[in-house]
Amino acid sequence: MINTKDILETITMIQDEHLDIRTTTMGISLLDCCHSDIDVVCRKIYDKITKYAENLVKTGEQIEKEYGIPIINKRISVTPVAMILAACDNRDAVKIAVTLEKAAVACGVNFLGGFSALVQKGFANGDKELIDAIPEALAVTEHVCSSVNIGSTKTGINMDAVKLMGETVVKSALATKDKNCIGPAKLVVFCNAPEDNPFMAGAFHGAGEPDCVINVGVSGPGVVRAALAKSKNLDLTGVADLIKRTAFKITRMGQLVGTEASKRLGVPFGIVDLSLAPTPAVGDSVAHILEEIGLDCCGAPGTTAALAMLNDAVKKGGVMASSHVGGLSGAFIPVSEDAGMIDAARNGCLKIEKLEAMTAVCSVGLDMIVIPGDTSAATISAIIADEAAIGMVNSKTTAVRVIPAIGKKVGEELSFGGLLGSGPVMEINNVSPAKFINRGGRIPAPMQSLKN
Amino acid sequence: MRAVISVIGKDTVGILAAVSAKCAQYNINVMDVTQSVLQDMFVMVMMTDISKINIAFADFVDELSELGKEKNLSVKVMHEDIFNAMHNI
Repeated sequence: MINTKDILETITMIQDEHLDIRTTTMGISLLDCCHSDIDVVCRKIYDKITKYAENLVKTGEQIEKEYGIPIINKRISVTPVAMILAACDNRDAVKIAVTLEKAAVACGVNFLGGFSALVQKGFANGDKELIDAIPEALAVTEHVCSSVNIGSTKTGINMDAVKLMGETVVKSALATKDKNCIGPAKLVVFCNAPEDNPFMAGAFHGAGEPDCVINVGVSGPGVVRAALAKSKNLDLTGVADLIKRTAFKITRMGQLVGTEASKRLGVPFGIVDLSLAPTPAVGDSVAHILEEIGLDCCGAPGTTAALAMLNDAVKKGGVMASSHVGGLSGAFIPVSEDAGMIDAARNGCLKIEKLEAMTAVCSVGLDMIVIPGDTSAATISAIIADEAAIGMVNSKTTAVRVIPAIGKKVGEELSFGGLLGSGPVMEINNVSPAKFINRGGRIPAPMQSLKN
Repeated sequence: MRAVISVIGKDTVGILAAVSAKCAQYNINVMDVTQSVLQDMFVMVMMTDISKINIAFADFVDELSELGKEKNLSVKVMHEDIFNAMHNI
């Protein structure tokens, strides 16, 4: 029998502490949509997505109602489009992006990910065409998200792709300069990209995945912070234990919603992504957890250690709560999407170099960071290379999602609205890495032993 | 199938009667009721059997939420499984 205290705890978590299911994402394989004629491909893609995901939003809303837990986003991820594009005679990737947009709107989802290419070792047919089309594709669509994997622990880093992606980020910002540079906010550059990630903008449906699958991403920074606020005198052993127990409860919600959605949609259940995903709402911030643990401001010395502990405890608690774990699984630190991070960046306590260090101990990377609009493509490429190197050497996923704010300088603000939030333009080191980036080639895969 | 009805807010006359009347109207059996006052807030939790409910469950959720709004209370109806999942292994 459930007792009243437990019932009230759950209700308080949902009502006052922003506990929610961040996303249920339906992964759909497009491999059977390949055809030499791109118009046929577009038709097949539209038909398949709208057929499979027809009831995704409706089912999510039913579950929300019955269980009383909000499911904030319903999303779709598809096979990396570059793989489908490879078969076409005319590789006009923008055409496919527009088709994906139409399908996303028809299904009522708020994002569709998978305008992607995997080029960690080199470019296959379709890859370059897709990357070249990213700026236009993200400018003419609203819901389509793009990602490119440029490195992995097993392959090393494709520095030609790194160079290309730095340029693509700049072009993408320029192409959307009248829309608050929203383009690069929908573009993620990965190292070790997971194939079952339900979170945007980096979600895509990997080639090893089944035809269709439901993945769930949980959230709940507010719940963790509230639990810590009630237990002020714990030592760090106690803090870690409390985070574990809280993460367990949060993740059980994800497991329940995932299995229920999978049953009702008749689609296999993939994974729960054990993540603390913040939103710009007050009380839903990962930075505030770190501050609750004892830092005056996120970014202060001690931030990396506190975050490492938080990230590890979330995983330990979450793993036991779910049958299959995958995706990014860790605490997210997107600057513009986290009220505490925004404040810390504004007051100068949180700098990009500290953020880079933090990404070595948590998921995912330099995420939603607004940088000056005049930052060179080579500098952005170098930021990508640094971040990819951290991922490659530490066998973890890292990513870069920086937004050059065209026409803006350090200290000014850029606002996207909604879940993407807003953020101050952060200062970056502008000493030129151009010669390094222009060398091209590949950084060889790292040693997996002699770990020092 | 069981559902939990929770009522949280300022104590007023007739809360229990109003919620029970809705349950009776839609053929929902109230199995257990606990009430308490926490920091000036009235808290009532009802365990109900909804297996013979004669209205769509989602509509019942809406109707009680409306009732709550009228009386300035938070009234929630949630499937029992969410609490089982979170608090029982």
